[in-house]
Amino acid sequence: MAAPETLTPASEAEACAMVAEARAAGRTLAISGAGSKNAIGRPVTADAAIVTTSLSGIVEYNPEELVIVARAGTPVAEIETALAANNQALMFEPSDWSRLLGSDAGQTIGGIAATNMSGPRRIIAGAARDSLLGVRFVNGRGEAIKNGGRVMKNVTGLDLVKLMAGSWGTLGLITETAFKVLPRAETETTLVIDGADGAEAARLMTAAMGTSAEVSGAAHLPAALSGAVLGAGHENHASTLLRLEGFADSVAERIKRLKPQIGTGRQIAELDAAASQRAWIAIRDVHPFADGSDTPVWRISVPPMAGHTVAGQILGAAAGQAFFDWQGGLVWLRFDGGDARADLVRGAVATHAGGHALLVRAAEDVRARTPVFHPEPAPVAALSERIRASIDPDGVFNSGRRAFNSGRDAA
Amino acid sequence: MQEIAFLEPDPAIMARREEIAAGLAALLSGEGLVTDPRELVPFETDAFTAYRRVPLAVVLPATTGEVAAVLRYCAEQGVPVVPRGAGTSLAGGAIPQEDAVVIGVSRMSRILEVDYDNRTATVQAGATNLSISDRVAADGFFYAPDPSSQLACTIAGNIAMNSGGAHCLKYGVTTNNLLGARLVLMDGTIIELGGKALDAPGLDLLGLLCGSEGQIGIITEATVRLLARPEGARPVLFGFDSSEVAGACVSEIIGSGIIPVAIEFMDKPAIEICEAFAKAGYPLDVEALLIIEVEGSDAEMDAMLARIIAIAKKHGVKSVKESQSATQAAQIWKGRKSAFGATGRIADYICMDGTVPLGQLSHVLRETYTIIERYGLRVANVFHAGDGNMHPLILYNVNDPDEAQKAEAAGADILKLCVDAGGCLTGEHGVGVEKRDLMLHQFTETDLNQQMAVRAAFDPDWRLNPSKVFPLELDMRKAS
Ligand SMILES: Cc1cc2nc3c(=O)[nH]c(=O)nc-3n(C[C@H](O)[C@H](O)[C@H](O)COP(=O)(O)OP(=O)(O)OC[C@H]3O[C@@H](n4cnc5c(N)ncnc54)[C@H](O)[C@@H]3O)c2cc1C
Repeated sequence: MAAPETLTPASEAEACAMVAEARAAGRTLAISGAGSKNAIGRPVTADAAIVTTSLSGIVEYNPEELVIVARAGTPVAEIETALAANNQALMFEPSDWSRLLGSDAGQTIGGIAATNMSGPRRIIAGAARDSLLGVRFVNGRGEAIKNGGRVMKNVTGLDLVKLMAGSWGTLGLITETAFKVLPRAETETTLVIDGADGAEAARLMTAAMGTSAEVSGAAHLPAALSGAVLGAGHENHASTLLRLEGFADSVAERIKRLKPQIGTGRQIAELDAAASQRAWIAIRDVHPFADGSDTPVWRISVPPMAGHTVAGQILGAAAGQAFFDWQGGLVWLRFDGGDARADLVRGAVATHAGGHALLVRAAEDVRARTPVFHPEPAPVAALSERIRASIDPDGVFNSGRRAFNSGRDAA
Repeated sequence: MQEIAFLEPDPAIMARREEIAAGLAALLSGEGLVTDPRELVPFETDAFTAYRRVPLAVVLPATTGEVAAVLRYCAEQGVPVVPRGAGTSLAGGAIPQEDAVVIGVSRMSRILEVDYDNRTATVQAGATNLSISDRVAADGFFYAPDPSSQLACTIAGNIAMNSGGAHCLKYGVTTNNLLGARLVLMDGTIIELGGKALDAPGLDLLGLLCGSEGQIGIITEATVRLLARPEGARPVLFGFDSSEVAGACVSEIIGSGIIPVAIEFMDKPAIEICEAFAKAGYPLDVEALLIIEVEGSDAEMDAMLARIIAIAKKHGVKSVKESQSATQAAQIWKGRKSAFGATGRIADYICMDGTVPLGQLSHVLRETYTIIERYGLRVANVFHAGDGNMHPLILYNVNDPDEAQKAEAAGADILKLCVDAGGCLTGEHGVGVEKRDLMLHQFTETDLNQQMAVRAAFDPDWRLNPSKVFPLELDMRKAS
């Protein structure tokens, strides 16, 4: 349902006034940045949209201090360009699901914070929430709130920064973010182990992560999906990828050490820096499933060793494909048919050591009848509801998504 | 600066001491209840020793179920609760109040499961920080956050304070290394947050829990991330003629793309104190010392050190001393990690913990000396230079009330300086009671009301560690 009106605040003060007015009038607001992820979750049913695109621009970036402060609507591309010019980067490698979702909207930095979008390097460098040092946001009372700051270590008061990270617009309107940044690695190389099945790949990745080689990416692609990531020459070969980043001499040294430690008789190829970068972007941005369709795609997060078992159980019962990032713990799964099969997916997650599953892509009618976000146990859901009420007492924001983890119906 | 105020104990609760003790006794197994006045003394303060309050009673539950039963009882009876780990808080976070029951988790100290495949350890919350690394060391793993108090402090306390350590420049603080927790809410509800997966669904309650200073629930279990131990580690000492130059050197090292595991800074007084205590071989003819630790195989460490030394030389480093053996390396760290203890042997001290943007280190250090001189006190600086987390140790005599007041006032001035330089009041020790009354220097009343409202979602009647973190003059009832 398209919202009838779009509010575009150009300053935080304006955003506060708009929210306060909406609250007073009993109207609800759907928050978005550029809108690249609007197709995720229950369709938001709100009286108006409030978008951050005019709250844009880098506020403060002094490369020596390893922090970038930007307004929420700043395009991620603008941030990455500014950082690259100083040979720095966001360590959590924000993923971009635009291609997967068939969107060309681009992403904003506020959207990255609000969805905790974290790429392959999550396994060693933390998620977006780990790099997020501070936020400013407008709560449901129309008040501007500051939390965290722009320093590396900060335990001053309750950490609402973490709460805002990954809140999907259900708590407040983020107006400014401060992210920690680091120098980019001098180079990278990816080892590609040929031909392992899911269970063997899980063991190989686990062995690699158990060494001191500082592997910064560990992914596995079954034969059918290898080509979509690695290109010609890799089709129909299952591939297990291990990335090493750093100074050239150190990368070479660690590869030498790592190879015997993972203990496999299989053939190991090496991707040079350029090929390695391309491969990890394809994994990060879920290119194997960016097929222009809206068949259901799940993002399943489980303990690393459980990933292949969970996927095996699901795909034993319904046709589809899966590939694995985060040492096997992040499962990307696409069904061939249109049905989302939430019970099958979440049943498998529950049987194998726990975790959660997010329905990232599906046709609108499927999303409308599926609990898109993972249902939580009743006491946690009740607590989350009380927290929401403490920030947005009248439910101004994202009313449809609001039921997101209680599993309740959006209505 | 006046004395830090505590909440007036509720006489109605105090009058019911025996009845409450009997009520608690029925809920606990073994040696779980302490009410003997002499046995209560060890619980009257933490490492912020200037303030003491003897609690109504101390309970040391043996299970999550007992914690839940005690909390439910306290909620029903309207009795405040102060959670406690090992009592090493430097901010007074674990200091009791006279009408409160202390719930200590020290009897729940077992390591429940080590899972090398998923690289996690699940422990009871009273397990000490070091016990985890000790348990997995032989298998080549470790738990990264390493507060200097790691021999004593508990994982519960680490989570509640979001503790860091010398090596968190590379590995992050507690919140970056915690995957799951079992939390008991004030009404006795037990909830599980996270698990062995790398992220959890819904709102990031685990993130909120880190640094919540015992105000949203009692932690009884935790699942933490284990990391593979590096091949080797080598600390190197770099002596400089001035703190400014040392600071500039740090900036350039980090800016060049090198992230050592640790960059620790000491000024001259700190060097002298630590050297006298640990005989670590610190140079005594320099104004500032950096301990920079690199990790990896020998070849990697050589290469990285060559880069670092080249940068240091550019900045006119006066002396460079590499540790030649594991014993020497241990000696170097012993000096640094015993900095607080060694200082405590020569004087009483309070330890500040402000964090500033890296570019402000030199400025803040200079101003710190000015403030200290103004009060006629002495200061030793040891801190985590790589992440801007300062630790001025203000030396004073606790038995001299005038000097004690001056020390507190100087500390407050230094923390305000950190905030004004774009930083914060506390990087890893927490607010506790110590910095509570400075919170309005960093936050607006609206900011704090929002934090209190979130806290009230967990504890609407404000029973958990009630007099900490938020200035007493803010009306906490309004928040809920
Ligand atoms: C010599 C020395 C060196 C130190 N070095 C460092 C350092 O390098 N880095 C650093 O970060 N800190 C350091 N500290 C500070 C201190 O050790 C840490 O804050 C530590 O995490 C406290 O742990 P604890 O078990 O002693 O907790 P306590 O002091 O007992 O409690 C700390 C806080 O946690 C709460 N709490 C305790 N248990 C629970 C629970 N089960 N559930 C909920 N809340 C709970 C308490 O109410 C209190 O607010 C140092 C302290 C000393 C004395």
